[in-house]
Amino acid sequence: MSTDPTIPTTTTTPATPDVPDVPGGGRKPVVIVDDVHVKYKVFATGKRPTAADRRSLNLKGRGKQMRTVHALKGVSFTAYENDSIGVIGTNGSGKSTLMRAIVGLTTTSDGAIYAASRPSLLGVGAALIRDLSGDRNIILGGLAMGFTMDEIEENYDDIVSFAGLEKFVDLPMRAYSSGMTARLKFAIASVKTHEILIVDEALAVGDRTFRQRSEARIREIRDNAGTVFLVSHSMKSIKDTCSRVIWLDQGTLIMDGDPDEVIAAYNAAQDK
Amino acid sequence: MTTAEDAARAGLIKVGGRPPLKTYVSEVWRRRAFIFSMAKFKIESENQQNSLGMFWVILKPLLNALVYGAIFGFLIGTNGRPEHFVEFLIIGVFVFEFFAQSWTSGGKAITNNAALLQSLAFPRLALPLAAVTQRFLQFLPTVAIMLVFLLVSGNAPTFQWLLIVPIFTLYFLFNCGLALVTARLSVHWRDLNNFLPFLTRFFFYTTGIFFSIEKRFAEHPTLVKITDFQPIHEFLSLARAALLEGPDYGMNGIYWVYATAWSLGLFAFGIWFFWRAEERYGRVD
Repeated sequence: MSTDPTIPTTTTTPATPDVPDVPGGGRKPVVIVDDVHVKYKVFATGKRPTAADRRSLNLKGRGKQMRTVHALKGVSFTAYENDSIGVIGTNGSGKSTLMRAIVGLTTTSDGAIYAASRPSLLGVGAALIRDLSGDRNIILGGLAMGFTMDEIEENYDDIVSFAGLEKFVDLPMRAYSSGMTARLKFAIASVKTHEILIVDEALAVGDRTFRQRSEARIREIRDNAGTVFLVSHSMKSIKDTCSRVIWLDQGTLIMDGDPDEVIAAYNAAQDK
Repeated sequence: MTTAEDAARAGLIKVGGRPPLKTYVSEVWRRRAFIFSMAKFKIESENQQNSLGMFWVILKPLLNALVYGAIFGFLIGTNGRPEHFVEFLIIGVFVFEFFAQSWTSGGKAITNNAALLQSLAFPRLALPLAAVTQRFLQFLPTVAIMLVFLLVSGNAPTFQWLLIVPIFTLYFLFNCGLALVTARLSVHWRDLNNFLPFLTRFFFYTTGIFFSIEKRFAEHPTLVKITDFQPIHEFLSLARAALLEGPDYGMNGIYWVYATAWSLGLFAFGIWFFWRAEERYGRVD
């Protein structure tokens, strides 16, 4: 898939005349997404093909039909340091696929993604190591991200109080509610403020206090030359934290620019 | 200018690639505290729900020895038995147990830790190493029991006993290599984990845990020759030779060469082999 030569690839924002004049304003690019396509092969029954199914694809006659889901159809944009980018779109528009592709958890069928470092991805769901206590998870999460034991000890109280889990750090994570799990994961992953953090609806399960606290943390990361992607259906969250919004629809980037304008356009399209 | 060049100029790396092997290995080395803590915490949590708690670290190998001692000591025939049979058996069972445990849990280290892999960025090689380290830490008290047992049953300690330090170090590296290879293979082919219990059982019965291969197959020199190259047999023989006295337990010098080659070779190969698919681990498609 070759890029259209008339459009400079780093500023591929066809639908938005409203991006700041100089893309990035001389800031350092952190993530470059270049004409990315993602296709999933699924059976029409909704089942993913197993290894055995894949092998026998040409045999057919099993009553299953292969379908290709084109989850991303040529998305391009560049994220810079100090960016906090809101990602909006309806269910199934490709938001999570795009986020997973940026981390490398989904392979792109076409195009490429470049990143300054491997980002942490916070999604809804599973605990890090469910059999271990919150306190052990903090230590292991920190060590995995490359902190030393001393650095973790320094930050330990902050992480616990940020997650609001003082009473529960001794319990195994499998006993946590989904909100508590999300809080702890966010608290651990956001300690590293100068990196790329992707939050995929993980804050939606948190209560209001936590949401406010985490939004403040996202702004802090942004100010510390970090980059945050925030996938959310809460336009308020996005307006409060993001400096830029990307709107995806059916795998295509519809608009990329100033939060207020993109959200207004998105809402207008939804109300239609 | 293409986007790839732009990206390279800004110091960005293509997602889905892997760092050079040297950088990767040093990143793993930086995570050694992670590997050790993970192993330690897992042991604690495994025992937390039992009322006997950490006592199980000692209790489990003791019960193992008791069961195998009862079965092979009384129930099954004496064909191919070396002298000091109980000691022979205990060393065999204990040393083999580490291999079996670390193979099964090391093999699952990637497939069982999806949530961790998908959330945090770190070199994935740390996970199989943590699994083997965990089993090794559980193996150490077993070794202590083994030594106490040898003393109680009247084997005087010799300086040769110290040889178990290099032997078990090599054995640890061997198991790390095996776990790395298996962990990657089971990502490509998950069914592999279901085969591991059968494979370990196969090795259990063919390695000479409760019979002496050299005695049992004395009339089949080719067979004995083949087992010379079987790594677990080499480690067992070395450990027994280091700990036990008598004509049956002579130190076979060439086994040192073979065992070292196996350990270092498989460890190095395992690191390379595992690294080759680094971007693949945790992937959802």
